[in-house]
Amino acid sequence: VSRLQMTVNGAPVDVDVAESRYLSDILREDLRLTGTKTGCAEAECGICTVLVNGTPVVSCIYPAFKAQGANVETIENLSRDGGGLHALQQAFLDHGAVQCGICTPGLIMTAKGLLDRKAAEGEVVTETDIRAALKDSYCRCTGYQSVINAILQASGQDVPPYLPETRTPETEVGRPRPNPIALAKVCGTARFTDDYKFPGMLYARTKRANIPHARIRSIDVSAARELEGVRAVLTHEDVPGRNAHGVVSVDWPVLCSSKIRYAGDAVAIVAADSQEIAAAALDLIEVDYEELPVVSDAIAALHPDAPLVHPERPDGNLLKHIKVAKGDVEQGFAAADVVVDQTYRTPTAEHLFLEPECSIGVPAGYDPSRFGGVCDVLAKRGEEARHDKTTIYVGSQIPYADRDQAAAALAKQPDDVRVVATVMGGGFGGKEDIAGQIHAALLAEATERPVKMLYSRQESLLVHPKRHAMIIRMRTGATRDGKLTAVEATLYGDGGAYASLSEKVLTRATTHASGPYDVANVKVDCFATYTNNVPAGAFRGFGVTQSCFAVESNMDMLAGELGLDPVELRRKNALDVGSTTVTGQLMRESVGLLECLNKVDTDMRAGDFRWSWDEGHRRLAWGLAVGYKNTGLGGGAPDKATAEVEAWQDPAKGLLAEVRISSAEMGQGLPGVLASFAAEELGIPTESVSVLLGDTDVCPDGGPTTASRQTFVSGNAVRLAARAVARKLPGATGSNVVAQHEYWAPKTQPLGTGGDMHVAFSFVAQAALCEIDMRTGEVQVRKIVAAHDVGRAINPLTLEGQIEGGIVMCIGYALTEHYIQEDGKPWTNVMARYKMPGIMHSPSISSHIVEHELSTGPFGAKGMGELPSIPTSPAITNAIYNATGVRVRSLPVDQDALLHAIRAEATEVEFGWGDRDPIPKVEFGGEH
Amino acid sequence: LTAAWKKYYAPETVAAALQILRRHDGRARVIGGGTDLLVEARRGLRRPFEAIVDATRISGLGTIEENGEYIVIGCAVSHTTIVNDARIVRFGTCLSEGCGVIGGPQVRNVGTLAGNVAHALPAGDGTIGLLALGGEVEIAGSDGTRWVPTKDTFAGPGRSIIDRHREILTRLRFKRTADNEGSAFHRVMRPQGLCLPIISMAARLQMEGNIVKAAGISMGPVGPVPWFAEPAADVLVGKAATQAQFEKAAEVALENITLRTSKYRATEEYREAMICTYLPIILTAAARRAGAEL
Repeated sequence: VSRLQMTVNGAPVDVDVAESRYLSDILREDLRLTGTKTGCAEAECGICTVLVNGTPVVSCIYPAFKAQGANVETIENLSRDGGGLHALQQAFLDHGAVQCGICTPGLIMTAKGLLDRKAAEGEVVTETDIRAALKDSYCRCTGYQSVINAILQASGQDVPPYLPETRTPETEVGRPRPNPIALAKVCGTARFTDDYKFPGMLYARTKRANIPHARIRSIDVSAARELEGVRAVLTHEDVPGRNAHGVVSVDWPVLCSSKIRYAGDAVAIVAADSQEIAAAALDLIEVDYEELPVVSDAIAALHPDAPLVHPERPDGNLLKHIKVAKGDVEQGFAAADVVVDQTYRTPTAEHLFLEPECSIGVPAGYDPSRFGGVCDVLAKRGEEARHDKTTIYVGSQIPYADRDQAAAALAKQPDDVRVVATVMGGGFGGKEDIAGQIHAALLAEATERPVKMLYSRQESLLVHPKRHAMIIRMRTGATRDGKLTAVEATLYGDGGAYASLSEKVLTRATTHASGPYDVANVKVDCFATYTNNVPAGAFRGFGVTQSCFAVESNMDMLAGELGLDPVELRRKNALDVGSTTVTGQLMRESVGLLECLNKVDTDMRAGDFRWSWDEGHRRLAWGLAVGYKNTGLGGGAPDKATAEVEAWQDPAKGLLAEVRISSAEMGQGLPGVLASFAAEELGIPTESVSVLLGDTDVCPDGGPTTASRQTFVSGNAVRLAARAVARKLPGATGSNVVAQHEYWAPKTQPLGTGGDMHVAFSFVAQAALCEIDMRTGEVQVRKIVAAHDVGRAINPLTLEGQIEGGIVMCIGYALTEHYIQEDGKPWTNVMARYKMPGIMHSPSISSHIVEHELSTGPFGAKGMGELPSIPTSPAITNAIYNATGVRVRSLPVDQDALLHAIRAEATEVEFGWGDRDPIPKVEFGGEH
Repeated sequence: LTAAWKKYYAPETVAAALQILRRHDGRARVIGGGTDLLVEARRGLRRPFEAIVDATRISGLGTIEENGEYIVIGCAVSHTTIVNDARIVRFGTCLSEGCGVIGGPQVRNVGTLAGNVAHALPAGDGTIGLLALGGEVEIAGSDGTRWVPTKDTFAGPGRSIIDRHREILTRLRFKRTADNEGSAFHRVMRPQGLCLPIISMAARLQMEGNIVKAAGISMGPVGPVPWFAEPAADVLVGKAATQAQFEKAAEVALENITLRTSKYRATEEYREAMICTYLPIILTAAARRAGAEL
């Protein structure tokens, strides 16, 4: 321990700390300046950026003693002492450049370093400067355009927020405004789970298998239990209740007892006085394994001799065979003049939310004064936070499911467990399954202390479910004049070791596998399989991102064969009002696909349009794709949300209201959407409505934040609860008025029974302008033209944020991202090995909003959160084809393989980056 | 999560730094920014060190100086400082370009050229730039200091000849390119994971009209250590600077190395194609910067 002296945010700091500490750790833990976030501890993500003597540095690997005597500045310095917001903070709000907010302090501090330097040099800040300065400052939510515009504005330039044209707003609904929680995020005061510190809190770590398939012979934790500072070591023997969890099927052990099914499996958990001690304890846990043969391929998994992941299951490694059929494909293909038959491969993909998973368990009866402290945590308005029951603080997409699953493991009733939603640093589907929630609660009860379970980035990569890797064979037939006659497809989805949401995700992949087209004859078989790979689950696009790649690649090939314009071919077949979907659903309203296509086509063809041309050694080309995505759970699942709205008269501010619902905000802008619905109904400004999300004791269940459902389902619930409050208000004199409304989405039909499988679909068309360096095979997306049919734009600012972010996420899917596993062992074990798109990859985006209102939607709105992440990748590979004549069949595009194909004058590339084997041969139907 | 090091020293003199190294006898590590070493340490890829010796506070080594025909860079100088230094941009262009693509801006703000060279990776971008310029490094030890050509400092992949028990890299220098000299650098990357270059190359040319008088070429990774490609450079000397001659240099380079396919990074064929494509391009740029009219 030595003396460290620095100036932090203008004030002298003098602390005695270990010389091995990092600056981020001192700032966050010792100085409690938790505005500085940490995301990777690898100097990769940039969210921990602070200024040291005015220079941006990544504080996660910056030795604290390197800052000896230095002037350190963090986000907390920007708006101190009620001095109002810094220009950057205001600009980030104005431009909607804040979504989940975990990267926001880092982006702002990096930008401040740039603006201060440019101001000192007397130079004007340009977009090029901003891209260079933020090259390694990642954001997973925005598409960076809003960030660039915000920084330009903050530098004193007159740059208005980019807002697509939308319908005339209502009084409150339909107006662009920052997400209400964004203010705290730009100030660094928004509290993510890891920002909480409870008196007496312990730190937890998990012993992972790190081998993909094995029998457990024995587990010996005795040495770990004896390590000084260790307060508890738990194994499967210490799980009082159900030793399993799962959102759909309960097949995932809380702590493994007899078998390991993937490398991320948990064997034991430790709570100790510090993270370091907990980590040291893990090394003392002895597990004796008998390693088993590994199955790591979705198709090989169905071979009769394949090792079985869950031997007790009746269907071997088959998790589910999902079938869709319409008409007669034999007849359909007989009527076709042209048939395209191709097999595609998509990679396992990682959400890379920039906030790794973190849960804090607090034991029932916790009294902070026992540890000489108090805790200032979330509570319902006007109430003190209590911990009279087991409580879990977590940023989760499904708080009620977390509660119920934790209760089952703890052998408690659901009502005896409380989940409090903290600010979530991104989710994208990756925070639907249980991560450390149950473990933190078990350890809290075992130690009678609060326990924080924070995953490292590397652990996060290892453990949580990913986007399904898929192999898709697809055959598409059409008549000479371009009318689709038949689609046949067989899909294999790698579900990994546990069910997670595989069944639901792959059902969506299947039912969307003929695209947003009116096709009379369709047959699709999808096989979801268990393997020893990382589980696969929900990820923005939910299976449709994968099948869309195959559908839209085939459509362009078909257009080529037919000599038809790709836009025209899609127009001829697009779903419209009066069409019937592949599952037999008659489209009665809100089908904006043709308008999306027309808007994109017009924008793309403005000026001197060509599909491709040369610029020096680069070849440029446009490519186009369309897509669609259901709103809501559908398929007969009960889809409901309950909202509570309370209104009261404030002597100074007039009528105020609070909306309470357990739905999740992960950066998408839900609080603003719900506030505007309540405000509209109550006739008050949106700013007069506060929104409390996700405390299971005070917020009724809004259902899972998945399936692009919250604006629609929770939105309707809030709207109707607010309407009930509004009705009661005239009679209320001085007292608060509270109303709840349980909203049920229109009934849907299970797959295979015909009728309405979904309450609605949203539609999208996107065109990508790509440049291909013909000397290197490098691909850059220069521009995206997009049109999204969202029913109704509720908040154009946050809507545009979802669109831009979704597009850039899908650019990553096409060009940069592949979570690589080798025989069940993740090669992608550090963030440096998984590159999401950075600011250098972000194109300019021209965005059009199409508003074909949905009569059952709140103000006509339907879901759209996943929609932008669906057609971008085939739009890009279609552009690559138009530029080079090479059809890319595996993602992500590998420049090495692409250049080889270009030089060999080949017509296709079978290998994506990270693929070691050719695409396996797939038989249609694939009876096993 | 065990501490990656115990003691953190930031000595203000070379003598003090050397004394600390001797005291820890090989169990201390010198860092500049620490942006490579500490990431590895934090990931637990390295055994914990007894001590870190931060070389960036050594007095007199934090600046870029001109000394006669040399530009001398102290070991505490960051990549960002090098990239922004007008003298290096002009008289050591390929070094400036190489340092400019290392890591991201935050890493370049603290990472040093000295650290890049001492780390001795097969394709350190700053190292490749310095190598083409014929740069040298100053190594200080208890017996005094010595200047060693950069190309002679590599002992193997990630291993420098600097004796970590008793030596420290204190300064780097290169001769300013004259009016008839120019240099250029290029790196080929991929946008996916694995932030390692597919190929980095630098070249320096001295011209007389359109005739190459002297040449220096460097590249990596083409072997265990960065390669000072003398055979390729020799092909150019005394010859006219033409595309054909530059392509010949690439051919000769390829004859002298064994390229490898490295998993998830590049195939042997791709590396070969990139050398054939970009060596002529950077040679052309260097020749133009040297005043040749190509």
